[in-house]
Amino acid sequence: MSATPVLALRGVSKRFGAVQALTDVELEVHAGEVVALVGDNGAGKSTLVKTIAGVHPIDDGAIEWEGRPVSINKPHDAQNLGIATVYQDLALCDNIDVVGNLFLGREIKRRGVLNEVEMERRARELLTTLSIRIPSVRIPIASLSGGQRQTVAIARSMLGEPKLVILDEPTAALGVEQTAQVLDLVERLRERGHAVILISHNMADVKAVADKVAVLRLGRNNGVFEVKSTSQEEIISAITGATDNAVTRRAARNGEAQK
Amino acid sequence: MSIDKTSANLGTTTDHVVENPEAAADAVTAVDPRLLVREQGLKGYVTEFKRKMRAGDLGSIPVVIGLIIIGAIFQSLNSNFLSAENISNISVAMVATGMMSVGIIFVLLLGEIDLSVGSVSGVSGALMAVLSVTHGVNEWLAVLAAIAGGALIGAIHGFFFARVGAPAFAVTLSGLLFWLGFMLQILGDNGTINIDSEGVVGQLTTYYFSDIAAAYGLATLAVVVFFVTSFLDSRRREAAGVPSRPLSEIVLRTAVLAVVGFAAAAMFNQYKGLPLALVLFITVLVVTDFVLRRTAYGRKVFALGGSVEASRRAGINVTAVRISVFAIAGTFAAIGGLFWASKIAAANQSAGAGDLLMNVIAAAVIGGTSLFGGRGRTWNALLGVMVITSIQYGLALEGIATPIQYMITGGVLLATVVIDSVTRRTQKTAGRA
Repeated sequence: MSATPVLALRGVSKRFGAVQALTDVELEVHAGEVVALVGDNGAGKSTLVKTIAGVHPIDDGAIEWEGRPVSINKPHDAQNLGIATVYQDLALCDNIDVVGNLFLGREIKRRGVLNEVEMERRARELLTTLSIRIPSVRIPIASLSGGQRQTVAIARSMLGEPKLVILDEPTAALGVEQTAQVLDLVERLRERGHAVILISHNMADVKAVADKVAVLRLGRNNGVFEVKSTSQEEIISAITGATDNAVTRRAARNGEAQK
Repeated sequence: MSIDKTSANLGTTTDHVVENPEAAADAVTAVDPRLLVREQGLKGYVTEFKRKMRAGDLGSIPVVIGLIIIGAIFQSLNSNFLSAENISNISVAMVATGMMSVGIIFVLLLGEIDLSVGSVSGVSGALMAVLSVTHGVNEWLAVLAAIAGGALIGAIHGFFFARVGAPAFAVTLSGLLFWLGFMLQILGDNGTINIDSEGVVGQLTTYYFSDIAAAYGLATLAVVVFFVTSFLDSRRREAAGVPSRPLSEIVLRTAVLAVVGFAAAAMFNQYKGLPLALVLFITVLVVTDFVLRRTAYGRKVFALGGSVEASRRAGINVTAVRISVFAIAGTFAAIGGLFWASKIAAANQSAGAGDLLMNVIAAAVIGGTSLFGGRGRTWNALLGVMVITSIQYGLALEGIATPIQYMITGGVLLATVVIDSVTRRTQKTAGRA
C-alpha cells in the first residue's frame, strides 16, 4: 500500500441552500484498498460520492489526487483523473447485448463502422480477467440476473482503467449468491490495485470485503475504523450516534493514530 | 460458443495483467451447467432454433407464415393473385407506404410515435408539384426541395419533442393537422396538380429495367456481396478468437437468399422487368439497416430505446439523436410522398389522408418492430408492407369494397399486436425480454 493516498478529501463542505449537507469531511483512499462509506439515510454518503464524481462541486475544502490538489467541477474532470462511478440504479440498456453495453458511448470503430469483432474480443478479455461469469457476451442485458447485471455495470466502469472505483450500494437488490459474486469482484478490483469506495447499508458485506470503514453522521465524519479490529456493534453505534460522546471520539482518534 | 478459444487468448493479454490466474482459469472452465451453450455447426443451429421457438423468440416467422397464408387464400379465390403481373404491381405499389414505414421504424425504436407522416408526405408531393409544374422549377431541384422540406418538418417536430419536452404524440398530432392545412393551402383552389408521367417523379413507379440481365444481375450481386461479407466477417472473428459462424451456416443462408432472389428476378422478368421503385426501396433498406446496426449512430438510437438515463450517462447527446430521428422520419415521409404522387401521377387534396398513416404504422408493427422501443429492424418495413399491400390487392381483385378492406387490415394489425404481446410474455417467462 503506497503512502500517498490516491484520493484525499480535506475538510470538504457542501451546502444546498439552507441545508449543510457536508461539514469538514475527511476521507483517504489508498491504492489496493477498499474503503466502505457507511451512514444512516441522509448522512451525506450520496452527496459525498457526487462531489468526488463531479456531479456537485465542493464549496469548501480541498480534494487531493495522488498528493496534488485538484478541482473536480464536472463529471468529465473526474473521469479524466481516473475515477469511475457505478451508480445504484444501473446505467445499462436492457435491449442491447453485453458487448454493446460495455462499450456504449465509447464504441471502437474501424473506418467509421463499429468494430464488433474487436469490441467482442476485448469484452471477453475484460470479463475473463475479472472472472465474471455470464452465459454469452452476445445476449441482451434483459436476459441476465440482477447480480450479473451489476457485475457487467462494474466491468463497464473498468474499461477506462480507473484508479478509483466508486460503487454505490452494489448489492442492495441482490440475492445471497449474487451478492457473493459482486463481493468477489470487489476483492478482485483490490487485488488489481484499484482503490475502491464502497457505499453499503449491509454490515455483513462491509465486514466481508472492506479494509476500512468511514462513518458519516449528519454530514460529518463520525470515525474511521479498521474493519479487522472493530466489531459490527461499534460501527453501528457510530452510524446511529449512540456513542457520540467524548470517550468514543477519543477512541476513534486513537484508532486513527495507530494506522 | 467456443470456450476454448478464449483461454488461448488469455496469454496474449497486454493491457490487463491477470493478477490472479487461478481465478481467471477457474472462470473459463466453471461455466454454469444450466447455461445453454450453442454448439458449432448445423446441429447447434437446429437446437438453437428449437430453443428460440420455445422461448417465444419468433422473429420474422409469424409474418412469413402470414404471407404464405395470405397468398394461399387469395390464390384459391382468384388464380391471378400470384401471377407475375399482380406481384409486380404489388411490389411497386407498396414502396410509397414502405418508405414512410422505414422512417416510422426509426421513431418506434426510440419508443416514440410520429403521427404526422401522412400529412408530411402530402406536403412533399404538393411542394414538388407546385414548384415544378406551377413555377417551372427544374424537377430534380423540386424533388430535392420536397425531401429537404420533409427533413426540416421532422426536425421541427423533433425540436419541440426533444428540446421543449412536449410529448411526441401531441407534437406530431398537431403536425398532422397543421401540415394537412399547409398542403391544402399551397395546392390552392384548384386542388389537383397533374405531374408529367415521363418526368423524374413520374418514372419512379413506372420505370422498369426491361433487360432481363438487370434483375438477374441484382440477384447475383446481392448473393455474392452477402456471401463475401459474411465469409470475411467470419474469418475476421475466427482470427480474433471470438465465436464465428461456421461455413455451413453461411452457405445455407446464402442459398436461401439465392433461391428467394433468383425466384423474384425470374418472376419480375416474366412481366415488365425489374421495377425501379423496388430497387430504390431495397437500397434504402440495405443502407438504413447498415446505419442502425453497424454504426455508432444506430447504436445510440437503440440505446435511447432501451434506457434514456443510461444513454445520457454514457455521454450520448440525447437531444441531438432525438431531433435527428424525427428528421429521418420526416425525410422518409417526404420520399414516400413522392412515390405516392408518382403512383397517382398527381398531387391532390386527398394525398396523405385516409388510412395511409395507419398502414405505415401497421406495416412497421406487423413486420416485427416493437411499439415499446428498442427492438426492430428496417427490414421489418418490407415484410409488413408486403402483408398490407397484398391484402389490399387481393381484396380489390375480389371486388371487395373499401369498408371491408379497412376492417380486415384492422383485424390483421390486432392479430399482430396480440402475437407481439403474447411473445413478449413468453419471452419474459423464458427470461429473454
